[in-house]
Amino acid sequence: MKRRTLMKAFAAALLASSVHATGAMAEGTIRVGASAPKTGPLAGGSAVTYWPAIQLWVHDVNERGGIDVGGTKMKVELVEYDDRTSNEEAIKNIQRLATVDKVDFIIPPYGTGINLATAPLIAKYGYPHIAVTAVTDGVDEFAQRWPNSFWTLGTSTAFATTLVDLLKGMRDKGLINDKIAVVNVADAFGIELANAGKPAFKEAGFDIVYETSYPLTQQDFSPIIQAAKAAAPDSFVAFSYPGDTFGLTKEATIADLPVKAYYVGVATAFPAFAGANGPAAEGVLGAGGVDANSPAIKDFITRHTEVTGQAPDFWASSVQYASLEVLEQAITRAGSLDKQAVVDQVHNGEFDTVMGHWTFDGNIIRKFWTVGQWQGGVFHGVASTGIGGEVSPVVKSGWK
Amino acid sequence: MNAFTARELRTAVIGAAALAAAALIPLADDGYYLSLAVNIALYAVLCTAWTLFSGPTHYISLATAAFFGIGTYTVGLGIDTLPFPLLLAIAAIAGGLIAGLVGVATLRLSGVYFVIFTLGLAELVRQIVTWLQTNFTNAVGLYVFTDFTEAHIFWMLLGLAALVYVTGWLINRSRLGFAMRIIGNDETVARHAGIDVARSKVILFMISGAFIGITGAVLAPRFAYVEPPSAFNPLISFQVVIMALLGGTSRLWAPLLGVIPFTILFDQVSAHFPNHTSLMIGIAFMAVVYVLPRGVTGLVEDLVRTRGSGRPATVAERAQP
Repeated sequence: MKRRTLMKAFAAALLASSVHATGAMAEGTIRVGASAPKTGPLAGGSAVTYWPAIQLWVHDVNERGGIDVGGTKMKVELVEYDDRTSNEEAIKNIQRLATVDKVDFIIPPYGTGINLATAPLIAKYGYPHIAVTAVTDGVDEFAQRWPNSFWTLGTSTAFATTLVDLLKGMRDKGLINDKIAVVNVADAFGIELANAGKPAFKEAGFDIVYETSYPLTQQDFSPIIQAAKAAAPDSFVAFSYPGDTFGLTKEATIADLPVKAYYVGVATAFPAFAGANGPAAEGVLGAGGVDANSPAIKDFITRHTEVTGQAPDFWASSVQYASLEVLEQAITRAGSLDKQAVVDQVHNGEFDTVMGHWTFDGNIIRKFWTVGQWQGGVFHGVASTGIGGEVSPVVKSGWK
Repeated sequence: MNAFTARELRTAVIGAAALAAAALIPLADDGYYLSLAVNIALYAVLCTAWTLFSGPTHYISLATAAFFGIGTYTVGLGIDTLPFPLLLAIAAIAGGLIAGLVGVATLRLSGVYFVIFTLGLAELVRQIVTWLQTNFTNAVGLYVFTDFTEAHIFWMLLGLAALVYVTGWLINRSRLGFAMRIIGNDETVARHAGIDVARSKVILFMISGAFIGITGAVLAPRFAYVEPPSAFNPLISFQVVIMALLGGTSRLWAPLLGVIPFTILFDQVSAHFPNHTSLMIGIAFMAVVYVLPRGVTGLVEDLVRTRGSGRPATVAERAQP
């Protein structure tokens, strides 16, 4: 009897929620679907960058009364699914959004691999695919393959080469010498950056005195930091992922790594990085960056914190929000919810976003932030592919 | 080999009819329900291939992700130069070979040692693939762009499922299958009866690994972008074990009874509780273990027995699974 009660309770919970889901549908709203990790390896990143930016945008749009579509204001209703960081799950979610929920638009998933795995489907149903959290060198090829796809966060080669240029500039000013340690995580983004970065460092006249790679699951970074310390470079560069970004920096603080330029990769731009490292974060270089002095970004940070209860990151959060502003403006200009009409508007339009003026060149945003630096508790952009508003990099002076 | 019995013939006809009906699914819907069907077919093949080995031997293998990833990578590396059917064959050979190597080295182990080794195997293969790519190529991701749609992948998985079932049935009828049942019941007795225990286990492990390798290869075009974390996802290994055990492993078709309800249940949970997926799945698991301690097959058997009509058949089934 008890068993039956348990099963009944569970079935009732399922049923109740499905009734609730259909009941929420209303006339005159735009249904926007989103599928991204809420659990699994990428959930930590999407909880900082992806979901809060969407939450803020839906809040902002509805507070304004909705999106103007041919003269009528239509509110936005969000349909969200967890892809559990799995390709199969993500594909099924996109199918469900397109064919069962029949949403009007889809916010593309989080992460390079899942964006690519779902791109053929999103193209099949004709939705505009404005991808944000996908950094790869293949963007031109993808834009050609899926004309409805747009790429906003940059290419891995540019992330490496602009860093080389930045350090070269510091060396030419006599701030650092030409000895450098380069390490990388042996996983997608880390390898692509290391393969682009190492030859560029050599070409720029740097002497790589220590290099190594480590697996994604590495926990102990003491040997790497000690070996780098023994090689006595002025610069330490790690093309790292979130876990190792934190691990390496903790270890460098303990070892008091005496470098004048210290770079770590993904997640340096997270507010949690400054939170976890305190004064040691000052002067740390990392992937990403924003124009933290621009009024639009300052306003974005304030409202993001107010509405979602957490601060945005200093890299992709604002780009994620900008991609949604593009969608909103394209819908208004198209004057309808017709997907192809909106895609055409994104192709040809000029957009006013939190990131400044955006126009897509061959479906790609060519000007993007690549390197940032923690200066006075803010992660300022110090290198980009020509956005403007970069601040000068400072020399790292100690870890306390 | 004996001739078909009437019972076997009937099972074959029912099976073929079920497959034919399933093959019509893409004609009815090419959206969400097809994707759900692909996921069900995927896990049906994986769980059944897993059961080929783990069912009779009672060895819990967590190496599914290793064979799956090898198959995926075979396609990722070769898609631009070799025809797809050839890649499927290579994936089968590669999966089988790795299973053979591992089998020779580890199938003398049993119990928890074997479980832990197979868990490590997936990670080992993943690290080797990453290392090879880091040192000999420029990127870790591989692109697999083909013209295959969800329907093509679904049909390939159905064909593969048919192949797995026929193979499993042939093994059950063969000396190898008989030997495996004896080994599963008591390995010492099997050895004393003159069965080459290690060889039998290795052969079966290779067959199972080859099928899982092909499955990975079939799925590669669906991923479009092949990288180690998705190809060697350890969740695949665990999900296969959970689904197979919940269905039951005493019959070839038993895992299906775990796969179908669980894929649908997972799906409903993630659709209705997007923010509490893990919690709800955990509750569902506890409910199932509590309500169905012997898997869905156990429930079916109980139903058949209490009705009484099936009693003689059940006894016969027991003797000849």
